[in-house]
Amino acid sequence: MTASALALIVFLPLLAACATVAFPGRWVGLIVRTGLLPLPLLMLVPTAAVLDQNVVHLALAGHASPLGIEWRLDSLSLLMLWLNVGITVLISLHAGFTFRPDSDRGRRFWPLWLILFASMNALVLSADLFNLYVTLELVTLAAIGLIAVESKPAALRAGMRYLLLALMASLLYLLGVGLIYGQAGTLDLYLIAEQIEPGWLPVTALTLMIVGLLIKSAVFPLHAWLPAAHGNAPGPVSAILSAMVVKVSIYMIWRLWFWGAAGWDLTTAANLMGLLGAAAIVYGSLAALVQDRLKMIVAYSTVAQLGYLMLLFPLASALAFQAASYHLLSHGLAKAAMFLAAANILNSVGTDRLQRLAGVDQRLPLDVFALALGGVSILGLPPSGGFVAKWLFLEAAWQQQAWGWLILVAGGGLLAAAYLFRVLGVICLHPRKRLDKRPRRENPDLASVAALILAVGAIAAGFFSAPVLDLVSAGLPPGMTP
Amino acid sequence: MDSLGLYVLAAAVLFGVGVYGLIVAEHLMRKLFAINIMGNAIFILLVAASGPIQGSPDPVPQALVLTGIVIAVSATAFALALMVRLYQETGQATLSSRDDGDDG
Repeated sequence: MTASALALIVFLPLLAACATVAFPGRWVGLIVRTGLLPLPLLMLVPTAAVLDQNVVHLALAGHASPLGIEWRLDSLSLLMLWLNVGITVLISLHAGFTFRPDSDRGRRFWPLWLILFASMNALVLSADLFNLYVTLELVTLAAIGLIAVESKPAALRAGMRYLLLALMASLLYLLGVGLIYGQAGTLDLYLIAEQIEPGWLPVTALTLMIVGLLIKSAVFPLHAWLPAAHGNAPGPVSAILSAMVVKVSIYMIWRLWFWGAAGWDLTTAANLMGLLGAAAIVYGSLAALVQDRLKMIVAYSTVAQLGYLMLLFPLASALAFQAASYHLLSHGLAKAAMFLAAANILNSVGTDRLQRLAGVDQRLPLDVFALALGGVSILGLPPSGGFVAKWLFLEAAWQQQAWGWLILVAGGGLLAAAYLFRVLGVICLHPRKRLDKRPRRENPDLASVAALILAVGAIAAGFFSAPVLDLVSAGLPPGMTP
Repeated sequence: MDSLGLYVLAAAVLFGVGVYGLIVAEHLMRKLFAINIMGNAIFILLVAASGPIQGSPDPVPQALVLTGIVIAVSATAFALALMVRLYQETGQATLSSRDDGDDG
């Protein structure tokens, strides 16, 4: 039962992707719906299984590793799966209008979109280093295809730059995998910790893999490709890139660090990772403050917010793990909402240059509201999901008397407030500068509603944190106790 | 020098050539060549490290390399398509000019 549900969660969107290519006629809309809409219902089966048994193992088609493919589902994978399913389905509501399935644009967009969705689901289920490599490669290629789907020069250039870096990053990761296999004789992520002792070769391998993944997750100072790629991609694509695609490679670093290298003494390296996160928070926020395009501001905000996910390494406690997991969830919802709202504004006004957006709140109240709600969660005002995450981070830092990280988390919120209030100030505080021209294009209501649902979700995450946090603490990495 | 050392040396040299090419080359085609050379260096290393030191070679690294080659081929094909489209849209196959466009 669980096995078939999990298989469907990966293969249904994948089959739908193939079907949209094979039958590019008027059935595309129906095929896409079949590939996406049953997923939230199917998710209930593995959810029940994880709540029941904590960890679910599954050998696909009965072939065990090393040559078969094994999946493993625990609390963290389940959280990522739910996040991916929820966010993708909601963004698809929006994409249904920007990329109508019966149009030429739509026929190019939906196969890639479904492949991206399926490969992220497969990635969080994968239990061995090599399958993680294959699925991450699928995620990257599909994501870059989506960035370039409209063939705009700026997006093509950004996609190309991203692709070159991503290919190099995957090679570094693959080299690390090879070295680990040579040492451990297994590729199972959850067995290598027992098989190898820290030495210079395993440490080199781990470093190579993590550097590769840091490039893919655009962690400072390897972030240079992200703002152009996320800022120039079509709206729904920017949303999924910032909400999920950069997160899955951070998820892989967590897995390598806390499961693969469990029991190693990584204090120095952990502090270094934390410092990278700190630099990302400060640099990303300051860069967001000086951008003059709305989507670039939101993209630099992603660079900054990814920094918080790096604070898990130096803090490394159960509380910090809950905080980072919750930040992953609330940032995903909030950032998807903000990118969709920005896309609606861009579509209606024809530009997203900040000085041309004065008064846009009167024409697009729902979108500006969604943007503001998303912003509230990003800067961590109560009662949003972002607040819960930041509060847990503060508590974790307080517990360990790590005052530096404490100040960083608190100060990061202030920096986020600076760039977000600059946006809202320009948009809302110009009583005389009304937009007098007619909108360039009308947005369908559902496009704004999709953004609003995600934004409300980011706020609501502040009220319903208890079950999610319980789930997360049921699947803590080895060696962490609540 | 034993044969393993020779393979490792060859892989290191190839990898170095690849990194140099990736940094120095302007044209995207050359950059893609460079990345493929880096990839081949890693494949050589993986196959060399899998034996045969004693008895038969370990099949797992061979399977990894095969999959790796498939992925490298498809990624290169995709990158070439992207490069051609970039050339059609902008008239250049380099990344030298400014990266952010006008409006979203």
